[in-house]
Amino acid sequence: MTGNQTMKSILLSSAALLIATSAYAAKTDVTIGLQLEPPHLDPTSAAAGAIDQVVYSNIFEGLTRFGSDGAVLPGLAKSWDISEDGTVYTFKLHSGVTFHDGTSFEASDVVFSLDRARAEDSTNAQKALFNGIESVEAVDPTTVKVTLSAPQGNFLFNMAWGDAVIVAPESIADIKNNPVGTGAFKFSEWRQGDSISLVRNDSYWGTPAALESATFKYISEPTAAFAAVMAEDVDAFYSYPAPENLAQFEADPRFTVLSGNTEGETILAINNKLEPFDDVRVRRAVSMAIDRQAIIDGAMFGYGTPIGTHFAPHNPDYVDLTGNAPFDPEAAKALLAEAGYPDGFTTTLKLPPPSYARRGGEIIAAQLRDIGIQTEISNLEWAQWLEQAFRGYDFGLTIVSHTEPMDIGIYARPEYYFQYDNAEFQDLIEVLGVENDPATRSELLRQAQTIISEDYVNGYLFQLALTSVVNAKLTGIWKDAPTQAIDLTAVSWSE
Amino acid sequence: MLTYVTKRLGSLCLSLIVASLVIFACIEIVPGDPASFMLGINAQPDTIQALRVELGLDQSQAQRYLGWVGGLLSGDMGTSYTYRTPVSDIVSDRLQVSLPLALYALMLTVVVAFPVGILAAARRGSVTDITVMGATQLGVAIPNFWFAILMVILFAINLRWFSAGGFPGWDAGIFPAMKALTLPAIALALPQASILSRVMRSSLLDTLSEDYMRTARAKGLTRRQALWRHALRNAMIPVLTIIGLQFSFLLAGAIIIENVFFLPGLGRLVFQAITQRDLIVVESVVMLLVFAVILVNFLVDIAYAWVDPRLRVRS
Repeated sequence: MTGNQTMKSILLSSAALLIATSAYAAKTDVTIGLQLEPPHLDPTSAAAGAIDQVVYSNIFEGLTRFGSDGAVLPGLAKSWDISEDGTVYTFKLHSGVTFHDGTSFEASDVVFSLDRARAEDSTNAQKALFNGIESVEAVDPTTVKVTLSAPQGNFLFNMAWGDAVIVAPESIADIKNNPVGTGAFKFSEWRQGDSISLVRNDSYWGTPAALESATFKYISEPTAAFAAVMAEDVDAFYSYPAPENLAQFEADPRFTVLSGNTEGETILAINNKLEPFDDVRVRRAVSMAIDRQAIIDGAMFGYGTPIGTHFAPHNPDYVDLTGNAPFDPEAAKALLAEAGYPDGFTTTLKLPPPSYARRGGEIIAAQLRDIGIQTEISNLEWAQWLEQAFRGYDFGLTIVSHTEPMDIGIYARPEYYFQYDNAEFQDLIEVLGVENDPATRSELLRQAQTIISEDYVNGYLFQLALTSVVNAKLTGIWKDAPTQAIDLTAVSWSE
Repeated sequence: MLTYVTKRLGSLCLSLIVASLVIFACIEIVPGDPASFMLGINAQPDTIQALRVELGLDQSQAQRYLGWVGGLLSGDMGTSYTYRTPVSDIVSDRLQVSLPLALYALMLTVVVAFPVGILAAARRGSVTDITVMGATQLGVAIPNFWFAILMVILFAINLRWFSAGGFPGWDAGIFPAMKALTLPAIALALPQASILSRVMRSSLLDTLSEDYMRTARAKGLTRRQALWRHALRNAMIPVLTIIGLQFSFLLAGAIIIENVFFLPGLGRLVFQAITQRDLIVVESVVMLLVFAVILVNFLVDIAYAWVDPRLRVRS
């Protein structure tokens, strides 16, 4: 190689390096792969978590919001006062906030949003969050007074839900396809069936986002998801659908695998009103026939935390009650015999589409068979499941992950699909509802967990894990999912 | 020719009416309420009822059927329950992927199958023929989604020549859009081209043994001349039938390939709409597909008459 050539090649390679680094430094966009596409983009009129994943805290904000650890933080309300008796909340709003269409955000928008959510013709999927509100008034443009009919211990928590975000009357008509919020990102484009893109809101009232744009790309097939991550078509795959590939990604320096908690208590729901499950001994036998770790290993490839009650293990008030139903097939058989079923019985096991249910169902069926309970498995689509099992009570057993945060209150609803009817528990939840003192609330929550665990209402399996594959240089993606959100406001590229 | 076309048109309309009834009835039987699906397991009953009213689901079945068919006749396919946008907009978006993909795959199919089929027939029993028969057998047997995954591993993950999937949209330019459709089109075309080559070959072989071929040869035409002028045209009827079927299949049946390459096509739309109980989308898209299939069959019938003058007279 002559001197001239060496010089040339050094120049060329450093130029290439320069281009490479500057191209890298300029990376301010992110593409996130997801399995489920939202039906539309209005978080206040559908249950689909896929909507919140796109819009929560990115496009829309509420009075309060969830932080990455699930704590309730101030949102559009910078502070609040609670009256002595706990029924009047006076929110002080941030000033100078505008919606993405340029209209200003004021107290009247809060009144509009909350009144809309609790109206008679409201289609809010979590309308119960607003049931306690008696009136909402705008005191001045930056002050809102919310009056409750009775004190409500978790009102600020409720207002942090995606279903309680603040929307504007000016843009409500087209919210489903052109969401206009106050968040750090503006809606840009939705190529239906393919992707949704957001761009940074440069006139954001708070800390501006580091990313200039973000794209959510919808890939439903697990094989396709694998290919998209490997080919680096996506920078992250949130809630990666094929846990069997995770070990491979963990070994690859290009990626980081995030494994965190969700609010999804995965349970083997039992029809408490249906014979023989109306006998607590039978329910206890079912619970003791279940080897939770075998299900976590077999169905979830080891991802998931065993639970003994309907409560998230990462919550400070969680009580570990897995010991109430240890895996003990012999004791389970004895219980069945005591209840009058020495030879077991046959029941139905209805499985909705997610893999935790389909894979877990096979394992549970085998475990139940060991104590003499035969199951007729049927695989249902969600719509069928809602009609047959959820509304029709036509099931013996079913497997569902309850993904709403802090939803132990469903056990106080006797008409709820597993039909648990216990006056003591219902009273406790009522007391909890109006209790404001944190220490007392914690105590009540612990009692509630214990009651349902000792009543063996359902078979408590595991807390659903959230596993995401993320480019190793991308930081700020939430590891846990205190709510179904992909908050991009703190996401950036490192190095 | 005119009566032939009129008759075909009549049966086209009748098929459409019957199809609309069958589709509506089938979808009504499917359990699951769109409003409950959308509002999830925490919704209050009054909220579900409010949404049912908003979606018009509180009307009687007859009212909804007439409303739907009436809308279709005036070109209005209704509004999607889930997406809340006009079904015609959603469908036209999806057709921008599905139609070019189907045409692209069909073009590849024809471009490969015609020469291969003709070559194999012309050299019957030769090494070429045996190779073609073996290769096409394999092409029919290989599941196309598996072949697609192999292509993704090779061209997207290892070589990085293509994206693993997705569709950039036509506004990104013709070249990127066509590039995104290339692997899916090849995956779709592989089994179709194999089938069509075999049909082409056997159909040509049939005509080659006809009396008129001997006559043509006796008139002094070379083998090649006789094949191109007489055999090929007569061999086209079964080939056209297959192409017609293949096109309809490619338009709606690409769903697995659409999933492998995460393309926003019609197949995936129907699949999603069924799971979400977006009944109006399912009804309208299925109706549109039925219409497309019937229309393609109608055009194939017309093409028969064009390649085979006897059909015009007979009818």
